[in-house]
Amino acid sequence: MKLYIPPQLPRLALAFAIFISLFLIARHYLVPPSFGQYGHYRGDALADNALPEIHYAGQNACFDCHQDIQDLKAADVHNSIHCETCHGPGQKHVGSAEAADILKPTGREFCGRCHSMNAARQKNAIFQIDINKHNTGKNCIECHNPHSPWETIMK
Amino acid sequence: MEQHFKDLYDILAHSQGYIFPNEIDLQWGILIVIYPFITGLVAGAFILASLERVFKVKILKPTYQLALLTALAFLLVATMPLISHLSQPQRAYEIMITPHSSSAMAIFGFVYLWYLMVVLLLEIWFDYRHSMVVWSNERKGIMKWVYKILTLGVNDISPRTVKWDKKLGYIITVIGIPSAFILHGYVGFIFGSIKANPWWSTPLMPIIFLFSAMVSGISMVMLIYMVISYIRKKAIEVDVLNSIGKYLFFVLILDFTLEGLDQIHRIYEANESFEIIKMLVSSKLYITLFFSQGLFGTIIPLITLAFLQFYKHHIKLRKTMYFIVGILVLIGVYSMRWNVVIGGQLFSKSFSGFTSFKVGLIGLDGTMMAAFWLLLPFAILVFLLWLLPPWKMVEEPEDDE
Amino acid sequence: MPQSTFTMGNNNEMMSSRRKFLKSATLLAGATIGYSWLKSSQILLFAAEPKDETLPWYGIVIDIEKCIGCGNCAKSCKNENDVPKEPFFFRNWVEQYTVKNDGSVIIESPNGGIDGFKQSVPDEDIFKSFFVPKMCNHCYKSPCTQVCPVGATFESPEGVVLIDEKYCIGCRYCVQACPYGCRFIHPVKNVANKCTLCYHRLKKGLAPACMEVCPTGARMYGNLRDKNSDIVKFLKEHTTQVLRPNLNTGSKLYYNALSSEAR
Repeated sequence: MKLYIPPQLPRLALAFAIFISLFLIARHYLVPPSFGQYGHYRGDALADNALPEIHYAGQNACFDCHQDIQDLKAADVHNSIHCETCHGPGQKHVGSAEAADILKPTGREFCGRCHSMNAARQKNAIFQIDINKHNTGKNCIECHNPHSPWETIMK
Repeated sequence: MEQHFKDLYDILAHSQGYIFPNEIDLQWGILIVIYPFITGLVAGAFILASLERVFKVKILKPTYQLALLTALAFLLVATMPLISHLSQPQRAYEIMITPHSSSAMAIFGFVYLWYLMVVLLLEIWFDYRHSMVVWSNERKGIMKWVYKILTLGVNDISPRTVKWDKKLGYIITVIGIPSAFILHGYVGFIFGSIKANPWWSTPLMPIIFLFSAMVSGISMVMLIYMVISYIRKKAIEVDVLNSIGKYLFFVLILDFTLEGLDQIHRIYEANESFEIIKMLVSSKLYITLFFSQGLFGTIIPLITLAFLQFYKHHIKLRKTMYFIVGILVLIGVYSMRWNVVIGGQLFSKSFSGFTSFKVGLIGLDGTMMAAFWLLLPFAILVFLLWLLPPWKMVEEPEDDE
Repeated sequence: MPQSTFTMGNNNEMMSSRRKFLKSATLLAGATIGYSWLKSSQILLFAAEPKDETLPWYGIVIDIEKCIGCGNCAKSCKNENDVPKEPFFFRNWVEQYTVKNDGSVIIESPNGGIDGFKQSVPDEDIFKSFFVPKMCNHCYKSPCTQVCPVGATFESPEGVVLIDEKYCIGCRYCVQACPYGCRFIHPVKNVANKCTLCYHRLKKGLAPACMEVCPTGARMYGNLRDKNSDIVKFLKEHTTQVLRPNLNTGSKLYYNALSSEAR
């Protein structure tokens, strides 16, 4: 007995075969070349993530020029604070050496950011002061050299 | 962008308690509410159609093709809310070419394609092929070629081949039932598998989604049947309505039980997220959960359907009651989607606060876009009913297989 | 039998050139399909992720005892990375917890802590108070990586969870899946964005910006594989925990002295 294949089936099989082939061909051209290199992602994405510009230079870059500040800071309690914590991003300044390209904060509020009284600050984590009471009207750095804060400058 | 930030400042001012800073903006908005609603209609309409085909519920015959075409009309639109919601819609094809096997969302492309091509289109093709061959011979001009192409050139309408149409259609329908479950169930899984969100994370989520989908699909077909019959000035057969109503009633009971079980379990276990969820339900979701989804969407339809099942009375009133029940159920299911999607994002993952949701009117993810995607299927359905009218199909002799 | 409208003579010629065309088309299609199949199985093979033992495996430690809530970490992060300065999207932020005497907990993060903090509750009502800095936990069983449908976010060979901005479709599934709330959609780029542990700095041998500017040394990062690194020594000598351990995210951000009120 010859096997009867209803005419619908071969025609449908052909239609599906064409569709699937077109899909696979399109897929071949659309998948990015580095995909799957290290896992289910585009291998080139690692390099893409390494591309952005640096804005903070790291304090070793500062010490290249500002040796004197490094020595001053090393001798006092702010020795563990990196330069850019207060001076902001320094990469531009490293490139241009222009003073305008880096911050020089002066106000009371700035020092208060770390040193103002707050119950959430552990007493042994940082020295705290009531900035509403201590020498109001003056900038902190008028008496305290920020690179060597316990050295009080008498005016 | 400026307008977006202005809205965010507004939301920030209205946020309660503490939210993680990045949670201020809701990620999934109204478009993601309507997507499960639409696929739910597809799955539900298909299940109703399969009741006739596979389970031989003969009384539903007048709604069979209507259910299939409704499912197709909604399925063709189903992807659109997703694509228009993406931040990078032009990259949407990536889901098809590099699907991440651990992501439930990635299977979307293939499940959708499978369901569209293998299940729905094939089933409609097998059902209509005989009629399309006849129409291609009867018609002239461009329509002749349209039907010829649709038949894929298989012009054999001998009884043997037509019998194979029926057999193959039956097989497709049987495959189609679990396929419909996966098509909509995976949406429930997308939510149910997010362990970070306690409002979503439950194994019951795919099943709850499925049952509310079936409820919405059945109601939608019932409503369309009534509207189309009215437009065509044909009598609405009460027996058909009673039969649909019976299935709607039982599935609605199951749906209500499952959703109730989810909530009872949550209330009883009362784990770390319970307090914030209690606040969510009693304040932010109060109206949409207890009234839209609960009272109007479930309780009133249940009582009405129970009444209609056990008390065969006035015919005129009966049809109106079924119509109202259909509308209420659809509102209830839509509210359920809203409560799940939006509700899950209103409270913070810190369990300590709430943000608020501002629905934009314009824009790719605004209300007008959502309304457009919801209305477009009806336009497509009108076109499909014109192209493939169920009432003009070639009558085939009933065989006793 | 399909209808043929050609005469017998032409038919053979038509057939042979048609056959030739079909043959070459099928061959081309077959070759493309075969090659793309090979390529896709390469993807499957590498899904198991080769662990290069020579690369560092980064972990992070945040010491709650040392954090003073100055907000420099959050501030420097926005300076270093391309994140809008508006108070809505943060790769990195600080939270202030105030546990009152009546047991209630107030959590605050005004502008992510970038402008520092003010004490909001008078001393006499406070039971205890502390700061918790937050950032991406760079999980090694990362739920955000698990749910990305296209492979636009991933764990790099160094254990840093990164985003492929050219591939992300903006479906926001990853934002939903992160239990720590550290992901967001960048309002300008319209793709997912989050802390990258300053991968671009790590690759140049520099510390992440937030680690560079922390004045008290409350933040540490390092190679978890290196037994002699500061971070491994710290982990050995202190009691640390991760956030949401019950979710089994494989978080590599260890907090020292984290109190139970922290979320």
